[in-house]
Amino acid sequence: MSEQHVGGEARRNLRRRGEQAMVPDAEFESYYGRPVIKPPVWKVPDVPAYLYLGGTAGVSSLVGEFAAWTGRPRLRRVGRLAGSVGSLASVGALIHDLGRPERFLNMLRVFKPTSPLSVGTWILSPFSAMASATAVSEVTGLLPVAARISGAASGVLGPAMVTYTAVLLADTAVPAWHEGHRKLPFVFAGSALSSGAAVAMVAVPVGEAGPARRLAAGGAALEIAAVTMLEKRIGLPGQAYKRDRAGKLMRLARACTVAGGLAAPFAGRSRVLSVLAGLSLTAGAVATRFGVFEAGMASARDPQYTVVPQRERLAERAAGEDAG
Amino acid sequence: MTDGTYTTYERLAGPLDDPAGEAGYDGQHPPRMGFFTDTSVCIGCKACEVACKEWNLVPGDVLDMTGMSYDNTTELGANSWRHVAFIEQSVPVHEDVDLLGSLSAARSDGEGAGSPTPASTTPEEVAGTRGADLGMPGVGPPVTPGAQGALQGDREVRWLMSSDVCKHCTHAACLDVCPTGSLFRTEYGTVVVQEDICNGCGYCVPACPYGVIDQRPDDGRVFKCTLCYDRLGDGLEPACAKACPTNSIQYGQLDELRERAAERVEKLHERGITEARLYGHEPTDGVGGDGAFFLLLDEPEVYGLPPDPVVTTRDLPSMWRSAGAAAVVTAAAVAMAFVGGRR
Ligand code: SF4
Ligand code: SF4
Repeated sequence: MSEQHVGGEARRNLRRRGEQAMVPDAEFESYYGRPVIKPPVWKVPDVPAYLYLGGTAGVSSLVGEFAAWTGRPRLRRVGRLAGSVGSLASVGALIHDLGRPERFLNMLRVFKPTSPLSVGTWILSPFSAMASATAVSEVTGLLPVAARISGAASGVLGPAMVTYTAVLLADTAVPAWHEGHRKLPFVFAGSALSSGAAVAMVAVPVGEAGPARRLAAGGAALEIAAVTMLEKRIGLPGQAYKRDRAGKLMRLARACTVAGGLAAPFAGRSRVLSVLAGLSLTAGAVATRFGVFEAGMASARDPQYTVVPQRERLAERAAGEDAG
Repeated sequence: MTDGTYTTYERLAGPLDDPAGEAGYDGQHPPRMGFFTDTSVCIGCKACEVACKEWNLVPGDVLDMTGMSYDNTTELGANSWRHVAFIEQSVPVHEDVDLLGSLSAARSDGEGAGSPTPASTTPEEVAGTRGADLGMPGVGPPVTPGAQGALQGDREVRWLMSSDVCKHCTHAACLDVCPTGSLFRTEYGTVVVQEDICNGCGYCVPACPYGVIDQRPDDGRVFKCTLCYDRLGDGLEPACAKACPTNSIQYGQLDELRERAAERVEKLHERGITEARLYGHEPTDGVGGDGAFFLLLDEPEVYGLPPDPVVTTRDLPSMWRSAGAAAVVTAAAVAMAFVGGRR
């Protein structure tokens, strides 16, 4: 009944805005085209940077520990330093993003299993403490035994650092994130593996960086595969990763990640190539985080991403009831 | 009811008889209170918006004309805890139905009773509000108060008005994701922000499936409807319900409101208003049912409401399983990179 007015107008507006859209906008109704949910109030670059830094730090620490066990001192040093610097910067970005930064510690007064930010803060805080203690020992040479323990602890927490941020985004009503909740952790894992390895490829002589090159190639492949799944397998919200600014960022990310990932296996031949591949992978990982963030924002602002999948769900349920 | 044997699914998303009990209040806590907003009698006067601002000292926003309708509030937010939506539709002419006259719902008026459960009053008292002239500007020919529309040939303009509010979800995503414990469940089963704890992380904002809670940029913290928590404690009904001249906003015990709403829909259907439907009343829906639910005259999305909202934490176990698998892949990838080659 109301299509003549509200829905019709909203659709026309959307068509106008979505002219370069690859897939035509779906039919749906809305309240004057306004969003149904509230887009996140999280700031750019704080939050995408927090995602990138945390993931890179997690993988770097793990690389640092494996390097320590396999006798690669320069790789160990770079891994440990990157783990510490990355995680501290990640904490900084998180605090800076709070509406009331002086109340950061309120998050450490409780532990709430239903809140990924609470769980995440309890991963990030001990991780950065352990990674930083290890890095201080690495630089000063003091307390090497303690550093082995704190290093191992940060290595254990490293993989959690890489993936908790995916749950953090997915546990919202934001369609592009929530509907992708099974894929996002793999996107972030792939992206962090390649960006963590990239730091080592840039900073470590090629002779010791063999594991980093293999990791970079593997991480890049995982990232590309997971992003493809995210775009193709989650229905309409997957389109948010292909359109507008998010689409540009994701395409840039793919180009940089593919280039860096393909170059990585050959980067042992030249330090210059290793640095270039590392920088390309870093640019790819950063663009992925910004792209994922932007896709979420766009899917929250446009009511079709909320309404259409919910309508489809209702229709499916109704069809199921009719059949049963 | 509160035998404390809920499964993980029930605790995250399934039907829950007693959210306050599940949150840890003992058996002596008051019954669950809520709102039934019957939009079929809303006249769009915005008394609820104003009363809410006055009572709760919510800052006013600079008045900005949207030009889209009489709605210049546009959405719920940190400074708008009630929002009256105005929808103008062109529909085929149908017979006038006096929506107010058919109002069987009782006016809840618990002022001064000293009890959190207000006594109900009779339909006759409600009928006193019929056809009240609220000085609303008209569109086109004079508007019949009951039908809320204006004739244009064989079509008429129909106005839908609806006072939206925080749903006080049985499974509130805002509360689930809050990392500080600032959002909490009250003894009345409602959901309230403790402003002295909120650190402005903003997580609750995109978590809410209805787009209710929001941040005040100048303040950093988040704000939303408290269902007048302070008034409830004194046995008063919330300010919006008190101010509503047509009893579109009804406050009371949730189970009573649900019964009353079911009767109201039935009555409207009997009168030929087949488009009347309830929204948010089902304990089996994606959020376990709303503490504040609605009677609508069109699809929810026309009012800006999600047609099938789900509490995002329903999928939390699946999210962590995926994250766990991805973490294992991460660790394995690093391990393999080190053992996999010579250099
Ligand atoms: S999730 Fe939204 S609607 Fe539900 S209680 Fe929280 S703010 Fe209100
Ligand atoms: S903004 Fe405040 S109320 Fe919302 S989740 Fe963060 S701490 Fe909790």
